[in-house]
Amino acid sequence: MATVTLADDLKPLHHPRTWIGKYVWSQDHKVIAIQYATTAIAVGLLALVLSGLMRLQLAYPDTFDFIQPDNYLQYVTIHGMIMVIYLLTALLLGGFGNYLIPLMIGARDMVFPFVNMLSYWVYLLAVMVLVASFFVPGGPTGSGWTLYPPQTILEGTPGADLGIIMMLVSLAIFVVAFTMGGLNYVTTVLQARTKGMTLMRMPCSVWGIFVASIMGLLAFPALFVACIMMALDRIAGTSFFMPELVSMGNRTGYQGGSPILFQHLFWFFGHPEVYIVALPAFGIVSDLVAVHARKNIFGYRMMVWAIVIIGALSFFVWAHHMYVSGMNPYFGFFFATSTLIIAVPTAIKVYNWLLTLWKGNIHLRVPMLFAIGFLFTFIHGGLSGLFLGNVSVDVPLSDTFFVIGHFHMVMGVSPILVIFGAIYHWYPKITGRMWNDTVAKLHFWITFIGVYAIFLPMHYLGILGVPRRYYALGETGFIPPSAHLANEMITIAALTVAAAQLLFFWNMIWSLFRGTRADPNPWGATTLEWQTPDTPPAHGNWGPKLPVVYRWAYDYSVPGHARDFIPQNAPPASAPPPKGEGA
Amino acid sequence: MAVAAAIALLVVASILFHLLSPWWMTPIASNWGSIDNALIITLYICAIAFVGLNLFLALALMKYRARPGHKAHYEPENSRLEKRLTLWTGIGIAAMLAPGLIAWHEYVTVPEDAAVIEATGQQWQWSYRFPGADGVLGSAAVSHISADNPFGLNPADPFGRDDILVETSELHMPIGKPVKMVLRSKDVLHDFYVPQFRAKMDLVPGIVTYFWMTPTRIGTYDILCAELCGVGHHMMRGSVVVEDQQSFDDWLSGQMTYGQYLAQNHAAARTRLASADVAGPNGGQ
Repeated sequence: MATVTLADDLKPLHHPRTWIGKYVWSQDHKVIAIQYATTAIAVGLLALVLSGLMRLQLAYPDTFDFIQPDNYLQYVTIHGMIMVIYLLTALLLGGFGNYLIPLMIGARDMVFPFVNMLSYWVYLLAVMVLVASFFVPGGPTGSGWTLYPPQTILEGTPGADLGIIMMLVSLAIFVVAFTMGGLNYVTTVLQARTKGMTLMRMPCSVWGIFVASIMGLLAFPALFVACIMMALDRIAGTSFFMPELVSMGNRTGYQGGSPILFQHLFWFFGHPEVYIVALPAFGIVSDLVAVHARKNIFGYRMMVWAIVIIGALSFFVWAHHMYVSGMNPYFGFFFATSTLIIAVPTAIKVYNWLLTLWKGNIHLRVPMLFAIGFLFTFIHGGLSGLFLGNVSVDVPLSDTFFVIGHFHMVMGVSPILVIFGAIYHWYPKITGRMWNDTVAKLHFWITFIGVYAIFLPMHYLGILGVPRRYYALGETGFIPPSAHLANEMITIAALTVAAAQLLFFWNMIWSLFRGTRADPNPWGATTLEWQTPDTPPAHGNWGPKLPVVYRWAYDYSVPGHARDFIPQNAPPASAPPPKGEGA
Repeated sequence: MAVAAAIALLVVASILFHLLSPWWMTPIASNWGSIDNALIITLYICAIAFVGLNLFLALALMKYRARPGHKAHYEPENSRLEKRLTLWTGIGIAAMLAPGLIAWHEYVTVPEDAAVIEATGQQWQWSYRFPGADGVLGSAAVSHISADNPFGLNPADPFGRDDILVETSELHMPIGKPVKMVLRSKDVLHDFYVPQFRAKMDLVPGIVTYFWMTPTRIGTYDILCAELCGVGHHMMRGSVVVEDQQSFDDWLSGQMTYGQYLAQNHAAARTRLASADVAGPNGGQ
């Protein structure tokens, strides 16, 4: 059998000798993964608190003295920025990417362990600069997470003085961190697969993370240059994005720049970013569904190609965020068409998840529940995206709560449900212990029903025309009192969901110490990470010999086999036992 | 089992929510029924997909839940089924896209006979300009903006002299006449947004943007800003009064032209100078 892998198993691993070397300045991909994940979740908690404050203001305006318009806009901005970049991107790629890639492809570690470590510490620096912006005079920027100039760097926008500089610097640092991580993920997948692990035998999780990393390497530079250019506009008086304009009644020295240029750069990054978050979630949920339905992922090749095609197409749809931005309106024809075309491979993925469940043997364990929650919210959010992609339909809906409802459903709630599912799924491998099932189920039900109660009504408020990023709706003729009531209901649901996350944290921490010892492969999964000699896997992952892969990742319920799964490294029954491989 | 029931119930609840929700499109007051139609077509196609896919999900969860003796079916792929699904998805997408693009074509094609109205945004208020008797808006630029010339009109441009300037936030429009809204910003991005008109467009400093519409219903509507423009964003309000031609003409004739402003400013300046002359010697003591 031809294999193309070059698993370098000869290089000696340098095992850390000190506690600090093992847990702080660690080069072990598993430790770095946990560092990435805990940092991302910690800063995510800040974003959660900010969203709670926003909801309080929207439901009960004129109640909280400490929430002034500038505070509200700062909450909006930092909440969005953290969720999209510092939480979702970092957790899915830095966290799950780091943990899963080497284990799933049968490698001992990332190919550049030192750069991998550096990636985390630089990411931590980016987070610290972001959080520090709360403590500079004027506070963090309140220009919306899209940072649209000119207002971003002009008086009248909170944080236009120092906050925005901190934000731009933090983003630039983040891109540096991501580049170090992303190069590692891509190179590791291409170069470090174990013997027999062909590309088309990789689990969908690895495919999703792999394609998302490539996309990140192509998309983040656009954000990086946009940040640098805006920082120059702000500090050095250049006019990349600044036309001749008046600020607070005074003429400024800017002239000749284009605010729309920034929007193109931002969304050239920003739209692929949606899929940088979505594709790892797609991949991971494919594996959750297959494992817990005891059935191969339906149409694996189609699933892989759909990931690749979505990744490629996502670089040709960015201006659907800009239909009413004042760009040449004829672009609308092209971008509406490309945007709706991308719905086809996305729909195929949904069909294939559903068809994987069909005729399966579905174990409704907690990771599966979250995967089902993802399917429901993703179908909803994906479909509401068709409204916004369909250019003329976007005109009345843009900048309303419909947009908020849509993107929270599709890139907030659904990937986060996958993340919860994935944490519950791999927790036994990561910690060697099981979580409390009752608490986990309670966490699922409150979160799943709660988020739908939050975001479904927002679509209808948006169709009514309620604008987004409004500190207060005030007296507006077309907004009936019932819409204010809706805002109160949404806030109650949001605070309930936020409180329910305590169940998750309690469960994770309590189980770490008191959970029952986990089976090395509690779900009966085929993929390599469940076949490690130690649980949790030791440094180097595989003991003396690398595993050898003989089959694809989805041999579940194969007819004629007593067990309902065959691990990827189980040799074929007829073949002679392998001799001296790997070493 | 519970989760299958929950999915089915959520589908039913979503349909009920849709039917019973008091929140729906505002009554339309412009010609953009084609946008509403495209939205409704998109909604129905998406609703069919939403209900169909989720009920299938609920059915699968109920029928194929794990139980003793049950084993999953082994079927790696089924390319005929996959191709058929792709085809049907493509048809559904095309059915949504077509009315959307047709409406967009209308949206970007301004009728030749459209009257021009300019809306200018600045943090955080609206003002408006009509082209006056010559039907042409005079040129304007940020460099001309001053306390006496808040619109930044070019004083040397003869087309600007008869332009009618409206500095209050209330705009009037005649019913039934197509209007090309020309949009200009002095400072940051804004967006001219009247929910009942359906149409909207960003105001971008440095360039002039536009959209067109025909008001079709008499009434007074809120103008909102729909592009974040700083701390006063939510208070950047205006109103638009759609009225019959006669009332509109009466209103318009009560507004001042740029030429009148210039004359008034000139007179005021002369008065100031004169009073300064009078006050000067005494005040100087």
